[in-house]
Amino acid sequence: MTGETLYPRLEPLLAQIQKPIQYVGGELNSQVKPWEDAAVHWALMYPDAYEVGLPNQGLMILYEVLNERPDALAERTYAVWPDLAALMREHGVPQFTVDGHRSVADFDLLGVSFATELGYTNLLEALDLAGVPIHAVDRDGSHPVVVAGGHAAFNPEPVADFVDCAVLGDGEQVVGDITDVVKAWKAQGRPGGRMELLARLARVEGVYVPRFYAVSYGPDGAIAGVQRTRDDVPATVGKRTVMDLDEWPYPKTPIVPLAESVHERMSVEIFRGCTRGCRFCQAGMITRPVRERTITGIGSMVEQGLKATGYEEVGLLSLSSADHSEIGQLAKQLADRYEGTNTSLSLPSTRVDAFNVTLANELSRNGRRSGLTFAPEGGSERIRRVINKTVSKEDLVRTVTTAYANGWRQVKLYFMCGLPTETDEDVLEIAELAVEVIRAGREASGSKDIRCTVSIGGFVPKPHTPFQWASQASAETIDHRLRVLREAINADRRIGRSIGLRYHDGKPGVIEGLLSRGDRRVGRVIERVWREGGKFDGWSEHFSYDRWTAAAAEELAPFGVDLDWYTTRERTEHEILPWDHLDSGLDKEWLWEDWQEALSEEEVADCRWTPCYDCGVCPTMGTEIQIGPTGRSLLPLTVV
Amino acid sequence: MARQPEGPPPPPTVQKLRLRYAKRGRLRFASHRDLARTLERALRRAQVPMAFSAGFSPHPKISYLGAAPTGAASEAEYVEIGLSVRCDPEAVRAGLDASLPDEVAILECVEAGEGTGSLADRIDTSVWRVELPGVTLAELRPAVEEFLSRDVVTVAKRTKNGLKDIDARASVASASAGEEAGCAILHMVVRQLTPAVRPDDVLAALAAVADLHPPLPPRAVREAQGRLDDTGTVADPLGPDRAARIPREHAAI
Ligand code: SF4
Repeated sequence: MTGETLYPRLEPLLAQIQKPIQYVGGELNSQVKPWEDAAVHWALMYPDAYEVGLPNQGLMILYEVLNERPDALAERTYAVWPDLAALMREHGVPQFTVDGHRSVADFDLLGVSFATELGYTNLLEALDLAGVPIHAVDRDGSHPVVVAGGHAAFNPEPVADFVDCAVLGDGEQVVGDITDVVKAWKAQGRPGGRMELLARLARVEGVYVPRFYAVSYGPDGAIAGVQRTRDDVPATVGKRTVMDLDEWPYPKTPIVPLAESVHERMSVEIFRGCTRGCRFCQAGMITRPVRERTITGIGSMVEQGLKATGYEEVGLLSLSSADHSEIGQLAKQLADRYEGTNTSLSLPSTRVDAFNVTLANELSRNGRRSGLTFAPEGGSERIRRVINKTVSKEDLVRTVTTAYANGWRQVKLYFMCGLPTETDEDVLEIAELAVEVIRAGREASGSKDIRCTVSIGGFVPKPHTPFQWASQASAETIDHRLRVLREAINADRRIGRSIGLRYHDGKPGVIEGLLSRGDRRVGRVIERVWREGGKFDGWSEHFSYDRWTAAAAEELAPFGVDLDWYTTRERTEHEILPWDHLDSGLDKEWLWEDWQEALSEEEVADCRWTPCYDCGVCPTMGTEIQIGPTGRSLLPLTVV
Repeated sequence: MARQPEGPPPPPTVQKLRLRYAKRGRLRFASHRDLARTLERALRRAQVPMAFSAGFSPHPKISYLGAAPTGAASEAEYVEIGLSVRCDPEAVRAGLDASLPDEVAILECVEAGEGTGSLADRIDTSVWRVELPGVTLAELRPAVEEFLSRDVVTVAKRTKNGLKDIDARASVASASAGEEAGCAILHMVVRQLTPAVRPDDVLAALAAVADLHPPLPPRAVREAQGRLDDTGTVADPLGPDRAARIPREHAAI
């Protein structure tokens, strides 16, 4: 009998491991439906630890959308830490869902959401623990269909051998379409077996089935061509886009973990997509166009979500929240509504803009003003033009100073290094900037008790962005630039002690780069690393650079390519990129032009406020910008 | 000048409620911090009018009493909350219970009786029941007898600062062996001294004195807490609050 609970077998193991609470489920707003009631069973995985995966909005949305269907059932599963994984192998307990503690192998589908490529080894580990063959070709009709989603699925080629399908774009509607296909195929008695099911899925808009596309390589190591192996599947697969976000007010009842998680707050997505055009930002490029939730839609999600969860903090989430057409009204009206209720509101890291300080002041009206985060991303004005995130040094200093003057004690500044065309000088400007910010801040606030934290990491070029052709900086370059930056910051002790520097060394970024812009040949590297014990690559205590480089050297050598070929090599205009047959709507010619403009330090405006500059998304996808203002207002709540 | 919160200070505590709650089933794996977070969210969901401390990050007035260890279930955890508006204790109990995950249950809620003293002073002992799957009564009974016959049984306890030797015997006021459905049950009454002796420590002691090694992880449930009297009974810590309430309710009629 399938769908049976494994809990009695799991429970004795839980007494022997760290943080057992993360495996037991039973959270507020989680659900366990009877197995027999559903025609289609989904296991939804976030391929990282529970504390990281639980707050993931995408997964939480799909969990609710699917469970609202009477004919579907969805349960969650997360990466299992090595302590429990060892016991599970010893006692023959397979990968399980935390809701019903059902074996992942019993489900019809395993949906895996990849926010980052560093989760790939965890997918292999979970499949292996589940008793599901790690190679898609070895699976039969009894195994779940493994579906990858999330931003990394816009180039699923490195995991093409391990997944059955990849879904491009917004998941809300496509999971329903997939459910319908699986349901019909099962009801018909599974005609044609797994192959027929995959062929049917490949005809669902937004679903890519890698095995129906053959990739060939030229003598230079680059891709020579990508050919369909069946003519009933599309030549290119386009992404899905959900229009009218107010119709999709999910999650309505967010799951509240007992265990501590990385986000101890509720999030409401206030808009999706971003057309600011930051050239490094994959999220902004692949989620176009901008679709806003209305002020009233947001208001009711905040209200219902707080009721359903009891959280004290609500994050107003999006790629650039201050850009919502009614953000000023929204911040004021929400602050009014929750005044005196010990409910706090927050915006994620923001653009450097005086308006953002005003907003943050409003949201923290009567609360603690501890930290404010800005993301200038590039150290110098020049490099900020290259990445199309223009802000002058003066404005930057003025904005941060205003924050200090308004009682904010700590300002965090996010930067990247290793950006295209970058030199040491660009990065050294960060130190100058931080020093000036502290000087001006001390003066404006009349206090020495202010801090500036510079947070910096290496840039990784991503598919479907203008920088997809760029050479990635080597780990040595990144580490060198971080070193000179640190020395520059420490040069003046009196100011330097008010400046904190948080950085990530260059090595993990190189592997992320390999996985981001890799092709199918990289799959062998991933498998090798996992077989040698690699997992939890997003955690510095588990990540092994040496294991990755050794595996890359050996597995890629037969193909005449290597790690540098995938990372530090600059691509040429007409090279076939591994993801060219996957369509984010962006016109490749436009991307190339934008890349050239980046090199000549030219800016591009935002199409919300200036005419469309033909990035290609709207006509290709049949979508349009959906923004306000609506002019509506939030009604006051009757506070009990 | 540092900013100060504007507006009036938070309203004072006008009523103290004392709650007994249970953690059961899967949620026995919740730690004290997990439960505290969960309880605070449930109080907000249930819209219990909590009193708060002053300042920029006001905290609800909640005091927790010694929590059962992670992995142990309990039918007798205690917490005291301060309200800014008087409420019917039973309504608070029901509302809060409905707002919690199924496996955390609010069993009792009584108003703190005036002049009855602190709740902490009424708790110095735990009553434990430990199921030992795979162990028979015939194995457990002699082990318990051997343990009780000793004056001192030293076991190594894992603490923040590494392993530390403690005496597991002195804290155990009484212990006995029982059986249910073929599974041996260890019943014991354990004083809450420092360093604390937990069910795991007593099991380590049984292993030390009688070589008892359960093949499967034992399941401990704290059945009660309270003050141990000379007769060996553990008194209900909410008793004095209940007693204090009766005359007033009569007076209200
Ligand atoms: S097609 Fe035009 S309007 Fe649509 S996202 Fe691209 S630039 Fe903006």
